[in-house]
Amino acid sequence: MFEKTLAELAKGLQQGEYSSVELTQAYLQRIKQQDSRYNSFITVCEERAIAQAKAADQAIATGNAGIFTGLPIAHKDIFCTEGVRTSCASKMLDNFISPYNATVVERFNQAGAVTLGKTNMDEFAMGSSNETSFYGPVRNPWNTDYVPGGSSGGSAAAVAGRLTPAATGTDTGGSIRQPAALCGITGLKPTYGRISRYGMIAFASSLDQAGPMTRSAEDAAMMMNVMAGLDPRDSTSVDREVPDYCAELNTPLQGLRIGLPKEFFIDQANPELAKQTEAALKEFEKLGATLHEISLPNTGLSVPAYYIIAPAEASSNLSRFDGVRYGYRCENPVDLEDMYKRSRGEGFGAEVKRRIMIGTYALSAGYYDAYYNKALQVRRLIQNDFTAALQEVDVIMGPTTPHPAFKLGEKTSDPVAMYMEDIFTISLNLAGLPGMSIPCGKVNGMPVGLQIIGNYFAEQKLLNVAHQFQLATDWHQQSPDGLSEV
Amino acid sequence: MAWETVIGLEIHVQLSTATKIFSGASTAFGAEPNTQACAVDLALPGTLPVLNAEAVRKAVAFGLAVDAEIGKRSVFERKNYFYPDLPKGYQTTQLAEPIVGAGHVEITLEDGTTRQIRIHHAHLEEDAGKSLHEDFHGMSGIDLNRAGTPLIEIVTEPDMRSAEEAVAFARKLHSIVTSIGICDGNMAEGSMRFDVNVSVRPAGSDTLGTRTETKNLNSFRFMEEAIALEVERQIDLIESGGKVIQETRLYNGDTKVARSMRSKEEANDYRYFPCPDLLPVEIDDSFIDAVRDALPMLPDQWKALFIEQYGLSDYDAGVLSSTPSQAAYFDTAAKQCKDGKLAANWVMGELAKYLNQNDLEITASPVSAEQLGGLLERIKDNTLSGNIAKQVFEVMWSEGGSADEIIEAKGLKQVTDSGAIEQIVDQVIAQCTTQVEQYVSAEPDKRGKMIGFFMGQVMKLSQGKANPGQVQGILKQKLDALV
Repeated sequence: MFEKTLAELAKGLQQGEYSSVELTQAYLQRIKQQDSRYNSFITVCEERAIAQAKAADQAIATGNAGIFTGLPIAHKDIFCTEGVRTSCASKMLDNFISPYNATVVERFNQAGAVTLGKTNMDEFAMGSSNETSFYGPVRNPWNTDYVPGGSSGGSAAAVAGRLTPAATGTDTGGSIRQPAALCGITGLKPTYGRISRYGMIAFASSLDQAGPMTRSAEDAAMMMNVMAGLDPRDSTSVDREVPDYCAELNTPLQGLRIGLPKEFFIDQANPELAKQTEAALKEFEKLGATLHEISLPNTGLSVPAYYIIAPAEASSNLSRFDGVRYGYRCENPVDLEDMYKRSRGEGFGAEVKRRIMIGTYALSAGYYDAYYNKALQVRRLIQNDFTAALQEVDVIMGPTTPHPAFKLGEKTSDPVAMYMEDIFTISLNLAGLPGMSIPCGKVNGMPVGLQIIGNYFAEQKLLNVAHQFQLATDWHQQSPDGLSEV
Repeated sequence: MAWETVIGLEIHVQLSTATKIFSGASTAFGAEPNTQACAVDLALPGTLPVLNAEAVRKAVAFGLAVDAEIGKRSVFERKNYFYPDLPKGYQTTQLAEPIVGAGHVEITLEDGTTRQIRIHHAHLEEDAGKSLHEDFHGMSGIDLNRAGTPLIEIVTEPDMRSAEEAVAFARKLHSIVTSIGICDGNMAEGSMRFDVNVSVRPAGSDTLGTRTETKNLNSFRFMEEAIALEVERQIDLIESGGKVIQETRLYNGDTKVARSMRSKEEANDYRYFPCPDLLPVEIDDSFIDAVRDALPMLPDQWKALFIEQYGLSDYDAGVLSSTPSQAAYFDTAAKQCKDGKLAANWVMGELAKYLNQNDLEITASPVSAEQLGGLLERIKDNTLSGNIAKQVFEVMWSEGGSADEIIEAKGLKQVTDSGAIEQIVDQVIAQCTTQVEQYVSAEPDKRGKMIGFFMGQVMKLSQGKANPGQVQGILKQKLDALV
C-alpha cells in the first residue's frame, strides 16, 4: 500500500479495496513507527485526519466523491491550518495555532483530502538542508546521515520514506526542487502566481510559490488540479484559465526541443552526477526529443541577486513577529525595546537572523541603489535570458543540484557553500518560471534530480515531459534501502 | 529684524470607505477595541493585502478636485519601522510613484485677497492602530480598529506665509474633501490630521530656514496656536544667537505647550521598497473620466455660481461655499426667495448666529432652507419688516412651522394700509411737539437725519408692524408740510 501513488490509491478507494479511514490509519501508524528516524513531521493531526477520512468515506459511499476524496497528504508547516499549530519550524511560532486556513489547505479540504500532519522544514523556509528547523534536522530516508535538502525537507523525506503519498511544499529559491532531487521524488514549482500564496507564511513574497511533492509526475498533475487557480485574496495570483494538468500527460515527446544551458554543465557539477544527467538526456533523445546547447549568460549572477532580494523582502516580512500579538514573547520584558529585542533575538534562529540582517542592510539608506536596485536589474537580465532561450527550445534541462545530498553538519558552518547548492534552481524563482525536478539516477546510492524548466504557465508541458520519462524509466519507483516492510 | 514665516503642511485625510484599504474589515469609528480588525489587519502570518478599489476612486476624486495630475501607475511601498500599533512592522504607503501628482488650491483670506497654494502630491496609505497609554497601570493598550483605515496624505509646497494662510488652506481643504464626499471631515475623531512644517527667515531672503514639524494637530485652532508658538520660539531662538534644529514636535492643545519628540538624528531609516504583495495600480482615462463625471459641485464652483447668479461679493460667496451643506442650504433659500443678497445676509447673519449660539452644524439646523426661503419671501413681498421677520425666525427656530403659519398665528402681518399708517403718523406729530418744532426750524439738509426719531416712534406705536418704507414717505410728506 505504501508504494502506491496517489493515482493508484484513488483507484483503490473508488473500487472499495480499502476505506479512507483504513488508509489514513495505516499512514498514521507508519508515521508513528518510522518518523523518529527522519523527523519529517512537526505535527501529526491524528484525530483530525480520522475525522476527515470518515467524512471522505461517507462522500464515497454516497457518490459525492471527487478524485481526491479520501487521499491522505501532508502540508509543509508553512501553510496556515485552522486549529492546528503552524510553526514555520520556528520557536517564534511554536505556540501559534492558526485561526484560518491557507487557500492551498482550503482547496485540499474542499477536494476531500485528508491532512495527516504538518511537515518539518527549514525555519521560515530559510535553508537548503533542513538543518535550521527549531524542531531539529530532517534526515534523508536514503541514508539518515545525509540531509534531505531544504527548505521543504520534511515533505520530501516524508514522501521518500513513504510516510505520506504526497505533500505540499514551497519553493523560494529551490525549496521544492532541491529536496525532491536529494530525496528521489518528483517536485514541481509552478509559475509565480499560479497558486495562491494566501496563508502561506511569507519568506520572500516576490519569489515564494507553492507546489506539489509526489512520487510521480502524474500525482503532481493531480495535486496541481487542486492547487492552481486565481485567489481574490492574493493580488499576485494570476487570473488565467486552469487547464486539466492530467490531460496532456500522454502526449508523445517526438520533436520536443530540449535546451541545455552550457552554464549548467560546467565545473560546478559533480562528474558522477553529470553522467546521470547525460543518461537521462539520452533517454529523452530515445523518446524523440532533440538536444540543443543554449546559453543563460547571467546564471552566475543569480545567487548574489537572490541573496539581496530574498533577504530584503524577508527582513520586512518577518517584522510582524514582534511578540506583540501572537507567537513567542520573551520573559519579563523591562520595556518595549527590550521586548522587541529579546523576543526576536530568542525567537529566531541563526540563519533567519543572518538573512534579516542582510536584508536590512541591503535596503538601508545609501545602500539601496548599490544592492537592491542592482539586484532587480540583474533579475530582469536573468528573465531576459530565459525568455530569449525559450523562443528557441520547448523546455530547458539540466541537473537540479550541483551535488547529491551531503552529510548533516557538512555545510552548516559555511553559509555561502550552502547557498551555492541552489545555483541551478534560484534563477527560475527570479524569473518567475515553472520548474520540476524528477529522479534521474543515483550517485553513491543517493538519488539525484533532473530539472525541467518551461515557459510561463507551461506546467502542463513539464508534467507531460516528466511523465513520459517516468513511463520509460523506473528511478521514481525506487525506494530507499532499509525501508521497513511496505 | 523682520522675519518671514514659511509653512508647508502634510495632511492625513481618512477616506470614508466602508471597509479598510487592504482588508474587508469595517472602518466605522468608536467600536469596542480590536473588534474591527480581521486577520489581515492583525498581520497574522500568511495574510495578504487586497487593494480596496473605492479608496483608489476617492484618491483620484481628490486629485481631480485640486486640478492635479493623476498617477496612471502608482506603486505601494513598505515603510519599515517597529511600533506596537503597526502590526506588520511596516506601513504600506506610496513614495516614488504616488496616485496624485502636483496640483493647487486657491485660498481667500479675510481681507479678500487670494493665494494659490501648490500641492506637491498626495498618496494613498494605511492608517496605523492606536496605542492607549492611560488606564493600563504602566502598560500600554493597543487598539487595532483603526489599523488599515485608508488615508490620503496630502503634501503641500512651503507656500504659506502665516498661520492665517495655513488655517485658511486647512479649512479650504476640509471643505473640498467633504464636498466631494471622500472624508467625513470629523476632526475630533481624527478624520483629518495636520502636520505643520514651520521655518522662519529674514524678510526678503529666498533661502529656507531650518524647519520643524509639529505633528498630529486635529483642530484649526490648535493648528493656529501651534504655528504662532513655533514661529515665536524660532525667532526668539535665532535672535538670542541659537539655531533651530530640525526636529519633530508635539503640541498639546489643552496645556498650550509644545515639546520636542525626536530630532533628525534619531529618525528611523524606513527602508522603503516596493511592496511585493501588491501589484502597481494602473488606471486608465475611462476610470478617471468616470470619477470626474461623478464629482459633485466643488466649493470654488459654488463660489463662482454665487457670484455670477446672485451677484454676491467674493467674500460672501467664499464664506457661503465653504462647506457643501452650507452652499446647498444657501442655494435653496436664495432660489426660493429669488434674492441672493437677502438670503446671504440671513444665512451668514441670523442663521449663523443661532447656529453658533447652539453649537450646531448647518446640517442640524432646526430651520430648514425651505423654511428660511419662505420667510424671506414674506420679506420680499412686504408682508414682514426685517425686524418682525427676526421674531418670526425666532419662533421658527424654537417651535417650528412655516413663515405663513407663524405670521397668521401671531398676527405679525406688516401694516401696509396707508390710512392706518397716516393715523399713527398724525398721532406722533401731535405728541412730539418739541421735536416737530426743531424739525421745522432746522436747515433743510439736516432734516433728513432728524426724521429717524419720528420713524422710531411710529414703529414703536405700530409694534413694528408698519411698513418702514411707507412710514418714511408719509412722515416726510407730513412734516415737510409743516415747514
